[in-house]
Amino acid sequence: MPEATLVIRRGSPGETPRDEAFTVEFQPGASVLDVLRMLRVERDPTLTFRYACLNANACKECMMVVNGKVTYACTARVMEGTTTLEPLPNKELVRDLVTQIAPPDERF
Amino acid sequence: MPGLKHFTTEVLVIGAGGAGMYAAIEASRQGASDILLLERSLIGRGGATVMAQMTVAAALDEEDDWRHHLADTLAAGRGLCDPALATLLCEVGVDVIREMEGWKVGWARDGNRLRAVQAPGHDRARCVYVDFLSTGPAVSRTLRAQLQKHDRIRRTGDVVVTDLVTQDGHVTGAVGFDIAHGTPVVIEAKATILATGGLTRLYRRNSASAHMSGDGFALALRAGAKLLGMEFVQFFPIGHLAPRMVGMDPIMWDPFRYKLGGRLLNGEREEFIDRYGGTDEGKYTTTRDLATYAITQEVAAGRGSPHGGAWLSFRHVPAEELRAAFGPVIDKLAANGIDLTQNDIEVAPIAHYHMGGVQVDTAMRTNIPGLFAAGEVVGGANGANRLSGNAITEALAFGKVAGHEAAHAAPGPAFSMEAAKAALALVSATGPMRNTAALVAKLQAAMADHAGPFRDAAGLARAAAAIAEIRAETGDLPPGAPGMPFDLARLDWFDLRQMLLVADSIVTAASARTESRGAHQRTDYPETSEDWRLNLLLSGDENGLSLTRISVPEAA
Ligand SMILES: Cc1cc2nc3c(=O)[nH]c(=O)nc-3n(C[C@H](O)[C@H](O)[C@H](O)COP(=O)(O)OP(=O)(O)OC[C@H]3O[C@@H](n4cnc5c(N)ncnc54)[C@H](O)[C@@H]3O)c2cc1C
Ligand code: FES
Repeated sequence: MPEATLVIRRGSPGETPRDEAFTVEFQPGASVLDVLRMLRVERDPTLTFRYACLNANACKECMMVVNGKVTYACTARVMEGTTTLEPLPNKELVRDLVTQIAPPDERF
Repeated sequence: MPGLKHFTTEVLVIGAGGAGMYAAIEASRQGASDILLLERSLIGRGGATVMAQMTVAAALDEEDDWRHHLADTLAAGRGLCDPALATLLCEVGVDVIREMEGWKVGWARDGNRLRAVQAPGHDRARCVYVDFLSTGPAVSRTLRAQLQKHDRIRRTGDVVVTDLVTQDGHVTGAVGFDIAHGTPVVIEAKATILATGGLTRLYRRNSASAHMSGDGFALALRAGAKLLGMEFVQFFPIGHLAPRMVGMDPIMWDPFRYKLGGRLLNGEREEFIDRYGGTDEGKYTTTRDLATYAITQEVAAGRGSPHGGAWLSFRHVPAEELRAAFGPVIDKLAANGIDLTQNDIEVAPIAHYHMGGVQVDTAMRTNIPGLFAAGEVVGGANGANRLSGNAITEALAFGKVAGHEAAHAAPGPAFSMEAAKAALALVSATGPMRNTAALVAKLQAAMADHAGPFRDAAGLARAAAAIAEIRAETGDLPPGAPGMPFDLARLDWFDLRQMLLVADSIVTAASARTESRGAHQRTDYPETSEDWRLNLLLSGDENGLSLTRISVPEAA
């Protein structure tokens, strides 16, 4: 059975970031977001990432670093082998893969 | 209370989709001194509005008239539309779509004329759009740009409202928490507008966003407001099923059908809509409820496509024509390995929109003073089935009316923290860890399997049992502690609390309506009955819902 491993950078501000690996069955065509959502249901509901529109690539909330490149989790595909996921580097970290991306005048 | 954040405003708007943004703008234009627009996601990005790819219906053409649009809306609603609300949608709809034009939304045009397509159920080409598949993003962007011109509108994302505050039968504010920090929030407001959108997250396969857990329906019920038409969940018949695609909305085949026709075929590659009283012949004329029925019946009869849907074929359409109609979308499809001149795709019904919702009058007032509603969360305008293009129009038109009325609302009792105590205790509570994401998935499965577009008494009883079981597993306390940043397990718990009550409402109403009509098809009661030309009105909460039958208001 072909496998895919997601290595996810986790942690909150002030903590030393840690990488956690999750290995799943490879599903041709699945996006990073598809697999992250599945991981929350099946493995770890505390895994944290931001998204709204699931598939449409309309909300633009799911930006993160996939294999070293800034992209959308809902359009990047998970390939066989290892995929690394990190939060956006130039934004304030909120938790795990979530960063502060709201415009400054729309923040709490 | 440590870390509690307290806001005071004149008009609180919950939800920043099309309805909420329009409401905030209108409340400001009407002179409200302070408007707080709260959104659980980011402003203008979290809901269905930004995702709407297709069209917006309004009688804009010189030869058209909103009364024609109204006649089509009432016919599609299968006898259950509230004619006064439907009138408002069609009449005010023209004004808001024109105003959007003035705000440079960019409706596609030919010279001086807006380009319009004829969507199923409309008597003429009445549906305008922004190319290519950009209607929702353009609407959102335009409203966001307008919002920024109003100093009196404060915009705040990442805040989820979990309860409304009621005092002496008035709504005086709301309670929730800030998702990014986990801080409890209390808001006191003279008037509150629910603009929280729909409930499609209750179903496994759905076209909308992660935030559509139906919060507004549950918030309204708990505050003493009433819901009607909860049994009418619209399934979109030709949601994308296979092959797997990324970066595309599952509803995307709808505009393809408007522009190019396309053929809907069963697993044996035969046209089949005509077997159910519709026509296909490469034209897109069949309404959503009928198409959903036809596809589901073919699948049940063993004539489905490989993944359990129908085939949609554009192979007869020349490549140049595809390119002219959809330009960059054709490249996106190619990146997904789909060449429409060579491959058919598979489609199947998918939860899409909610016809039912909060009962309001033509001023968008609920029965609870201080509480207004606007947009998809409102029930009644579309009866048992909605026409394509009516939802964005509804969101903008009702948003405008609600903003106007809320700005002029009479003040209720002075806010008391005492009234917010129970709700604040819940958002400040600490509870045992639970896999709330798995519980959400379990609820979605139960609703899809037993309370989808086709129901029967036995299935609905199974849905009710599943809801009770999931509620017991969910427990009375949110997992974890307050004050944690972006705690999704905790957020899912609060969502489940709302989703379970909304699921109860759907199942209760669907069980009671022993007939088939529009989006509500009972396999054990397949006929439409004239005796059931009435609405079911719900009140109560998880401790018990009560149902009343009310007649459909007559057209004025
Ligand atoms: C994929 C798709 C395509 C569609 N295409 C069309 C189309 O072409 N034409 C058409 O007319 N209609 C279309 N619709 C339907 C239409 O988009 C919606 O009915 C309409 O946009 C609803 O607007 P709204 O403002 O009421 O809700 P939404 O735009 O959904 O906004 C509601 C907002 O409230 C927020 N919210 C919810 N609960 C809370 C809470 N508790 N606290 C704080 N915030 C909260 C949500 O995050 C969201 O941002 C489509 C729907 C989908 C899903
Ligand atoms: S989830 Fe909306 S753009 Fe990726």
